[in-house]
Parts: sequence; C-alpha cells; structure tokens
Amino acid sequence: MTTIAPLGTGRQAGPPGTRADGRRRTGHRGTRSTPGSGLLFVLPFLLVFALFMAWPLAQGLWMSLTDSSLALRDTAFVGFANYAEAFSDPDVWSSLGNTVFFTVVSSVPLVLIALVMALLVHSGLAGQWAWRLAFFAPYLLPVTVVTLIWTWLYQPDIGLANQLLGSFGVGPVGWLSDESVAMWSIAALTVWWTVGFNFLLYLAALQSLPSTYDEAAALDGAGAWRRLWSITLPQLRRTTFLVAMLQVLASLKVFDQIYILTKGGPNGSTRPVLEYVYDVGFTGYRLGYASAVSYLFFALVIVVSLVQLRLFRQED
Amino acid sequence: MSATATTVRPRRRPPRAATGSPMLLGHGRLSRVLAGTALAVLAAVWLLPLLWAIATSVQSEQDVASPGLSPFKGPLTAEAFRRILDRGNVTLWAFNSFLIAGLVTLITVTVSALAAYGFSRGTFRGRRALLAVTVAAIMVPPQLLVVPLFEQMLLFNLVDTYAAVILPQVVAPMMVFILKRFFDGIPRELEDAARLDGASEFRVFRSIVLPLSRPIVAAVAIFVFIGAWNNFMWPFIVTNDPDLMTLPVGLATVKDAFGIQYAQSMASALLAALPLIVVFLLFQRRIVDSVATTGLGGS
Repeated sequence: MTTIAPLGTGRQAGPPGTRADGRRRTGHRGTRSTPGSGLLFVLPFLLVFALFMAWPLAQGLWMSLTDSSLALRDTAFVGFANYAEAFSDPDVWSSLGNTVFFTVVSSVPLVLIALVMALLVHSGLAGQWAWRLAFFAPYLLPVTVVTLIWTWLYQPDIGLANQLLGSFGVGPVGWLSDESVAMWSIAALTVWWTVGFNFLLYLAALQSLPSTYDEAAALDGAGAWRRLWSITLPQLRRTTFLVAMLQVLASLKVFDQIYILTKGGPNGSTRPVLEYVYDVGFTGYRLGYASAVSYLFFALVIVVSLVQLRLFRQED
Repeated sequence: MSATATTVRPRRRPPRAATGSPMLLGHGRLSRVLAGTALAVLAAVWLLPLLWAIATSVQSEQDVASPGLSPFKGPLTAEAFRRILDRGNVTLWAFNSFLIAGLVTLITVTVSALAAYGFSRGTFRGRRALLAVTVAAIMVPPQLLVVPLFEQMLLFNLVDTYAAVILPQVVAPMMVFILKRFFDGIPRELEDAARLDGASEFRVFRSIVLPLSRPIVAAVAIFVFIGAWNNFMWPFIVTNDPDLMTLPVGLATVKDAFGIQYAQSMASALLAALPLIVVFLLFQRRIVDSVATTGLGGS
C-alpha cells in the first residue's frame, strides 16, 4: 500500500480538491473535522476505469456501427447495418439458442445439487472440512485443467465414462462428438466444476438461519422431512433466488470450456453466442460485426438481470 | 452482483466446531445413516475425476492406454511428471501465472481500496454519480470488452507484453463496491481523533482504516488472485508468444500436442492445479467466510 504514485507523498496528498469547500481556512492541516474531498483517492481507479472499461465500451459501441476489420485499416460508418445483419443471421440465432440451452441445463442442477450438498453438510455430520474441500476444490481449478481432466474422462475408447458404462453393457457414447450429447457433457463438466461456489452460498445462508422456528417445530413433534419442507426451505427462498440469479448470468456467459473442448463443434451444436463473437471477430476479422453481436448479447444480459431483479423485489 | 453483497451477509459467525444443526435431522438413526450415505456418495462422485487424474498421472503411458477399470494397471512411476518438467514450459508458464496474478492482485487491491475509501469518506463533487457508474459497471460482462480492448492494445503497441495481460484486469468495480460497503461500517470516531492529532487523510487510511479492514482486504485479494490465475479468455487473446503465456493459456495451446499421452496430460493438469489447491488449504476458512460475507467470486 505504500507505493502508490500519486499518494506516496502522504502528507501533502492529504485531502485534496479544496477548491469549493472552503474548509481550508487556516491552511493548518488536520484541523478539519470532516475529511476533504477524497478525489485523489479515487483518481487511480478512475484512470484505469476510463482507460480499460469506459474507453473500450465506447469504442466497441462505435465499432459496432462501422465495418471495422482486423484485415483493413480503413473503416467506414455503416449505421445499424451490423445490427440488421445480426438479426437475420441464422448463426446468431443458433448460437443464441445454444447459449440458452446451456443456461437451462446447467443452471437447474447447479442450483439444486448445491442446495442438496449444503443441506447434507449442514446436517451436522462429522468432517465438515473434508466435505467442503471435496465440493469446492473443483471451483479452484483453471479452466484448462478442468478440460484436460474431462477430455480424458470422456475419451471414447478408454475414458472412464465409457468404461463405466461399458461395464453395464451400455455405450460407447460419443460424449463430445455426438451432436445430441455434446452440450449435455459440457453442462455436466460445468456442474462439477462450479457447483462449489453455490454450495458455499447456501451453506452460509443455512448457518445464519435462526434455529428458533426449527426447534419450536421439533418440540411440537414435526419430523425431519416436515421441518425441511415447511421451515428450512421456505427460509432459503431469498438465497435460492439470489443463487439462481447469479447462476443464470454466469451460465449465459459460457465460452472458455466450450472453446477449449469442442471449438463449438460438432457441427456448431455447442457453439455459444460468445464464441460466435470470437469466431467472427478474431478468425473472420470482422470486428465491427463482432462488436454489434456482443452488444446485442449485452442487451440481453441486462434485460435478463432486470427481469430477475424485478422478480427478486416482488419476492421481498 | 450487487445484490449478492447486500443479501448474503451473515455478520455473525457460526459456532466453530459443530457447524451443522443436529435438529435438522432429528434424532432418528435411520435419517442420519441416510444423510451420511448420500453425502459420501456425492463426495465420492465429486472427487472421482480428481482421483482418476492423479492415478493416471503416476503410471506409464502404456499402462494408461490399456483398457480396464482398475485405477492402477502397472507399477507407479513419476515418468510423466519428469517429462513435463524437463520440457520446461510448464514451469515457465507457472512463473508467468504467479507474476501476472500477483501483480494484478497487488494493483487491483491497491487501486480498489483507495477508491473505496475515497467513495466512502470523500465529499468531492460528482461522488454519487461516479459511485453509481461504478456500481453499474459491475454488470458489464468482461467478454464484451475483449474486441475493443484488443484494438486498444494494438494501438498502444502492447500486444504480447505482460502489461497487456495485466492492465485490463485491474478494473474491479465489484471489489470497490465491496470494500466501500465495509469502510462505511467503520465508525468514524476513531479517525476523527487521528485527524485532530494532525494526521493526513492518507495516514488515516493507512494506519486506521486499513488495519481494521484486514479480513475483507484479504478476502478481496484472494478472490482477485484466483480470478487472475484462472483467467483464460483475455490472456489467450492478447498473447501469442509462448514465453509470455499463463498456465491455463499455455496448457490449452499444447493440449492437442499430448495426443494420446494421457499420463503426461494429467500430470500437467495436476501441476497447474496444485498452487490454488495449496492456497485453498492455507486459507480455507477465510475463503469460505468471504464467499459467505460478500458473495464474491462468481466471475
């Protein structure tokens, strides 16, 4: 913390921006009863924010209105042509469909399994530490590690998945090569990888619930299932909304694991919309069009979040 | 994300030892056995891929390639690990990952904590508007910025440099927001005393507010580090030079080169997994608590 350039000089930095507030009456540092402006503290953040967030956001918006390309240096303003093209581009719709499909088949188990895990761990069996490690450890793995491990598990001939199925006389399944299976395989991998985070959110919520209702019901003779359904689960409604909301937003942004595992294949069946943006922009060099598609996607994300927030508010 | 920080916030720590509530299960023997079995099965399923990867990594390529459900088909050997380490690029990528994730964490935490303090205690004009913009920016998916950021790096001539990998990752509005909320909760009387004694605003921040905020700053640092260590898309796009790649990116580029050498493939995966598993074991309670108190990490 000591090496921040603009503030490293400590004393003089003090509360800056004394222009309007007139508090610097005596010029005597430190006698002010309220902190000064504080603008200098925010300045480094504003700088990186302006450079690496606001600028690219504005730049992307501008690019989406041009025919900007990695191949050509001249770009021309094309108005909303890119957006119009995107709406009639079947690849946009199919990749959007894939994204939505993935979001549904990954989010549901990611919420439900996390809930089950948290309820079981919270039930007070010994070895809390070990359970938490087992469920949360995969979340700490980089995406490449996850895909390396699952490429091996999904290996068609000697991979664990097909060998297990084979021992029951089933299969072999083309986990990543069969168009109708590949997205499910990726969803399964994603559930394994990221459920630990939702599990921790649920566990924290469970640990902060007041136990009085539960105890009262137990005294009245309500059984364990009854109390789970009528007391614990209703108390978790807020958390469930929250976990589901975060999960949907995270799932909509799927790209990394799919890009590494299947590059969107077989036959485009797993290509999510963000990979289409990447393909168009960096492989096809059409940065302008790629920007337009990503802004449409951003709009979708915002609409989904607003709808969810609304539902969330109504719940309260 | 902002909702996360506001709702799941059990300030009160659960009792340390028996975190669960025995009430939930009742005192029936049967339900305890059922719950225990279900938990054991789930945990086994969750650990299986990792254990299978470990078993694969310590065998010879020939044994791995022979069919059969037995995890160990021949004598154990560290051959796969030796080959990976001999090739050298994994160690280089690990170094890059440490350097990049470390610098991203240092810069992000510094910049965010300063900004959070400014937003929390400052009175400058436009403070509310800037704070609103910052909170709104939490919604921006980083993927949206990738194309224009790449153009920007071309413009600055930074493609294939550490700076290009690091700088765009240090903007963390979510972390600013989380820290600001925490700073808001620190009573100001402490600071006012120091101010009366003539301490500068920076000094108040450094010697009073920061020490009181150590747990939350550590939590933010851990999550920024995990995020940067695991970040894939941006480093992947902005580096072509294998010498500058991070572990996830480097491994992705040589993934196909392993071909059918699954022992080596698993050995490299485990080497890349190791650092964060160690981080987790060291900071387990802090990580678990900080997910709980801030809802951090859902990148």
